[in-house]
Amino acid sequence: MTLNPLISPLRQGHAMPAQSPDDTARAPVVHAPAPIGSAAAGEAKIKARGVNVFYGDKQALFDVSLDIPGKSVMAFIGPSGCGKSTFLRCINRMNDTIPSARVEGAIEIDGADVNAKSVDPVVLRSRVGMVFQKPNPFPKTIFENVAYGPRIHGLASRKDELEAIVESSLKKAGLWNEVADRLHQPGTGLSGGQQQRLVIARAIAVSPEVILMDEPCSALDPIATAKIEELIDELRTQFCIVIVTHSMAQAARVSQRTAFFHLGKLVESGPTEDMFTNPRDSRTQDYITGRFG
Amino acid sequence: MLTWLSLIVLALFSGAAFLAGRRRAVAAAEGRARVLHSLPDYYGAYAALWAGVPAALLLLLGAMFGGRVEDAMLQANRPAVVQALEPDRQTVFFSDAQAIAAKASPSEVVYEGELKTALDAKVAEARRLQTLRTFGMLAAAGVLALAGFLVAIPRINAEFRARNRVEGWIGVLLIACSVAAVLTTLGIVLSLVWESWRFFHSVNPLAFLFGTEWSPQIAMRADQVASSGAFGAVPLFAGTFLIMFIAMLVAAPVGLYSAIYLSEYASRPVRGLVKPLLEILAGVPTVVYGFFAALTVGPLFRAGFNALGAALPPGPVATYLMEVQNQMALVAGVVMGIMLIPFVSSLSDDIINAVPQSLRDGSYAMGATKSETVKKVVLPAALPGIMAAMLLAVSRAVGETMIVTMAAGLQAKLTANPLDTVTTVTVQIVTLLTGDQEFDSPKTLSAFGLGLTLFVVTLTLNIIALRIVQKYREQYD
Repeated sequence: MTLNPLISPLRQGHAMPAQSPDDTARAPVVHAPAPIGSAAAGEAKIKARGVNVFYGDKQALFDVSLDIPGKSVMAFIGPSGCGKSTFLRCINRMNDTIPSARVEGAIEIDGADVNAKSVDPVVLRSRVGMVFQKPNPFPKTIFENVAYGPRIHGLASRKDELEAIVESSLKKAGLWNEVADRLHQPGTGLSGGQQQRLVIARAIAVSPEVILMDEPCSALDPIATAKIEELIDELRTQFCIVIVTHSMAQAARVSQRTAFFHLGKLVESGPTEDMFTNPRDSRTQDYITGRFG
Repeated sequence: MLTWLSLIVLALFSGAAFLAGRRRAVAAAEGRARVLHSLPDYYGAYAALWAGVPAALLLLLGAMFGGRVEDAMLQANRPAVVQALEPDRQTVFFSDAQAIAAKASPSEVVYEGELKTALDAKVAEARRLQTLRTFGMLAAAGVLALAGFLVAIPRINAEFRARNRVEGWIGVLLIACSVAAVLTTLGIVLSLVWESWRFFHSVNPLAFLFGTEWSPQIAMRADQVASSGAFGAVPLFAGTFLIMFIAMLVAAPVGLYSAIYLSEYASRPVRGLVKPLLEILAGVPTVVYGFFAALTVGPLFRAGFNALGAALPPGPVATYLMEVQNQMALVAGVVMGIMLIPFVSSLSDDIINAVPQSLRDGSYAMGATKSETVKKVVLPAALPGIMAAMLLAVSRAVGETMIVTMAAGLQAKLTANPLDTVTTVTVQIVTLLTGDQEFDSPKTLSAFGLGLTLFVVTLTLNIIALRIVQKYREQYD
């Protein structure tokens, strides 16, 4: 088996002598240091290096370095409280809204550091959309929910342009056929699964490059979950999608790459298939076989 | 004094019943607590309730109504000499008899001859009745306590459902409290309706509701000037709503904006400091705002308008402004608005905080700024609740009395000029019912008519507000 050259580098805080990727594949417990600047990492959409996050005095994330490729789905798995959502929220700087949160380290999207002083989080978040655990449509109509982003960012100057954006977003989110005849009814009146697809449409409407999904299916029934998963699979041709999930099966179904977090540390990451068939770290093995978490 | 002492003794007896009930339950369980249906304390409480509550109720009823029963019994047969007296003198006679019997200080009326004999007889009777009442009550309470104890104790055994019984007693207590609250309110409303009914017998309700002249002067004699009063309530309600409108003009924006600042922009320490401060402000008595209005704001506004009038080129407007007085609707309205600011901001702040954080997160994640999030997501979501808060503030403004009494004047004028003196419904009620009045003239009764109308207005506002709040709650639950 040869390792995918895109495999994300791992760093466990302590420096390791450089090894070839093939060596790491053969030695599951040993972690390779980050091959920063390598051709492989250069293709990554999102590059994180040495990210530490503190909530007050408590450190929630320890020295996470990870590359996330574009136009594919990356899944974050790990037990509750392992820091996967925290890391996700670093990517669009949602942690800024928590007064006690402090982020160290570098996260780059297309080579630009998101934490740089010159970056306005408002602009960043228009490029990095987010879908939350619980569907959170605004108490407005379905149309107004989807039109919210284009309106605040001034993406449509005329009414028909706005309508076109709303329609194409709803179509991309696979919701158009269900709501086309009731666009002007409240979005909160939809079912949970429809609401979640509505907020995905809302996120798509501003044409982001990255979509972050924080356990998007944990509040949904299996049928709605299947629809969302199908949708994620379609969307990956256009967006870089990062999804946090508690369901290993879901990670296996929707993602191309998986990262396993444990106790605030990134334990390992790699192609999803490899992670589930041949995990390198014993903790990953224990988690995916259900021995803890 | 004796009542208090007997209540203390009763409490001690009840405590003893608790211990006895508990001991009996423990003994019945023969050391295995799991055999008992309820915890041992419930058996104790059951015995204590039976021993204490009926007797305590009897003592309380005795203290409340015993005196009246005694009076009625004492006055039941009146000697002919007493019956010959005027009603007022008869009252004095009997209260003197009771006072002498109780060794208190009687009035200075001197009784002689047959009256003296009658008085002595009544004094003796009063003494007998007092002794009878005191000791009869104590004996009855004692018997009741003992009987309760004897009823409760034999019932206690391992299978006895003491917890359910005790909870039944507590349920009765809770029901009694809520029934008392409801009945009291109902009584107030009924008396209001009854007195208004009397008022509307002498004044046509339509003339009252739609009349535009208010001068409730009723002459003492038929041939006096202004022998018939005018009871048109429109100027009063116009004044009320004018002041309410000015008050809301001040309170609504300031209160709402400070609520937005507090809930969305203020840092935690600032919020922790400002919110309690605002809530303290809400507790300032309105009479304090009243003299603030009358002594500080009124003269200040008058000086300001007079100076403005002097600065303007001569004309009717300038002349009018120069003659503006201290008492005007504007002063009352502004100060009332200041009074309502903490009320509005505190309520709105709670409502804005109730908007789920997930909605804000959703908006921020879309790349919305804080102000866009507040304007387009938070406020629309909170709007029904904010409306309800405003309506509650309005009904407070409509019912407010003190500030208006001190700052707006007493003259009933039908005007929309905020610099004029106006009067409100509540102020008129105060002036109608204070001082020496006879309580059957339309003048005093009109206060009840006004009160009832005001009650209907504020009740309607509150019902609308509650309805809106309810609807709003359903959205997130």
